[in-house]
Amino acid sequence: MTTASVNGELYSIVEDTAKSLYIKALKDLPPDVRRALQKAYETETEDTPRKVLSTMLEAIAISDDKQRLLCQDTGIPLYFVKVGSRLNIDIPRLQEAIIRGTERATVEHPLRSSVCHPIKRTNHQTSTGYRIPLINLDFVKDDDTLEILMVPKGSGSENMSFLKMLIPAEGIRGVKKFIIDSVLEAGANPCPPFVIGVGLGGTADLCVKLAKLAAVTRPLGSRNDDPDIAALEEELLEAVNQLGIGPMGLGGKTTALALNIEYAYTHITQNPVAVNIQCWPARRARAKIDACGRVEFGY
Amino acid sequence: MAEYRLTTPLSEEDVRKLKVGDTVFLEGTIFGIRDANLIRMFEHNVPPPVDLTGAACIHTAPNVRKVNGGYEKVCIGTTTSSRMDRFTPGLMGQYGVRAIIGKAGMMEASMEAMKKYGGCYLAIVGGAASWETEKIQAIEGVWWEDLMPEAIWKFRVRDFGPLIVAMDSEGNNMYYQVKARARDRLADIYKRLGI
Repeated sequence: MTTASVNGELYSIVEDTAKSLYIKALKDLPPDVRRALQKAYETETEDTPRKVLSTMLEAIAISDDKQRLLCQDTGIPLYFVKVGSRLNIDIPRLQEAIIRGTERATVEHPLRSSVCHPIKRTNHQTSTGYRIPLINLDFVKDDDTLEILMVPKGSGSENMSFLKMLIPAEGIRGVKKFIIDSVLEAGANPCPPFVIGVGLGGTADLCVKLAKLAAVTRPLGSRNDDPDIAALEEELLEAVNQLGIGPMGLGGKTTALALNIEYAYTHITQNPVAVNIQCWPARRARAKIDACGRVEFGY
Repeated sequence: MAEYRLTTPLSEEDVRKLKVGDTVFLEGTIFGIRDANLIRMFEHNVPPPVDLTGAACIHTAPNVRKVNGGYEKVCIGTTTSSRMDRFTPGLMGQYGVRAIIGKAGMMEASMEAMKKYGGCYLAIVGGAASWETEKIQAIEGVWWEDLMPEAIWKFRVRDFGPLIVAMDSEGNNMYYQVKARARDRLADIYKRLGI
């Protein structure tokens, strides 16, 4: 089958996939997150953090068993889409298909719609509205697949987001201090043990976006390709865990399951740093659609 | 650190013996409360339509399905408590509530009320709605349905725990203690990072 012949159906495949991904993400926690929580449980020696982590592991097992949502917060739906350059795709139709898939997941499952107007607070009960779901598009050279990563972003963690436009004189020391102080301020609110995403450089908006990408798109245990950034990730993860905030902020060795950094070049007068946090149910679901319209689901 | 199995309604004695770090399992019923119904109670001064004496109240607006005139649970999880801090003195002082179940803790207004009237804060694991839903046996009552889903709910629970006593009637607050310890460690952490 050629790309052209499948193209007519592609948008309905994307719509079905977007719907399935939202529901799958809410119920089926990725294996790397499960492993990190299990490891945290084994690392903790005190009674309280062990009880808290044991409940988290039990909740994951119940979700598997009963096909029930892990957390009641269906979040703001985010889709990160990678479009292969060899695909002949109508981007506005692709976006419409993702929006329709989100609406159908919400109405047909049904799911709580957690999305509303920022002033009027009106809710369409479809998890969609002006500019939501957030669809992030990237293009991949010499590729003929479409990859969709879906992340429901809960509010407990998103409400703990931080940006600071430091000056170059504050250097890496200012960056490190801001990250540690932000994690301490967040405390129990983002449901620790969480994933910390850090954005370095860029403009203000790009810096926050990089922090988000670091928090929600990278599998736990992955390291930045740049060895200096990777070393900084390890150093800061160890440092935040010394804070002892622990599971659900009740004390313990595991405050963060991971700390990921993404960076961009910035202005000679700027030194921006951003922190975005993902809660312990670090939900994500991924699908790859090939040129023949075959869909493969993963995380 | 002790472990208690308590049956609702809770007495002042039940609650006064709890200390931060203790574990509690609840049997009986708990009430679901949240922003909208608390605003009605305390900002519009409408008394709750159900007796909350000795009650354990959980910060939730559940996901439910309507069946034969009643409601069936779909997904019930707990929201961040700090938004509801200002209502604890009224809940405990005017209406006799003994325990608040929530996540991430509450502040001074609640700490004072717990000390004065004999109350406590029981920490549940946030994000673990599938587990919480399993521990809730049935929905036994609903009031102020016009505020849906932020109505007042009555849930039958069994073996509801482990809940960690995170704020007690002596004014102790585990979240504050954990943060204070973290602040004490800051100087050392900064030093290691070369800050």
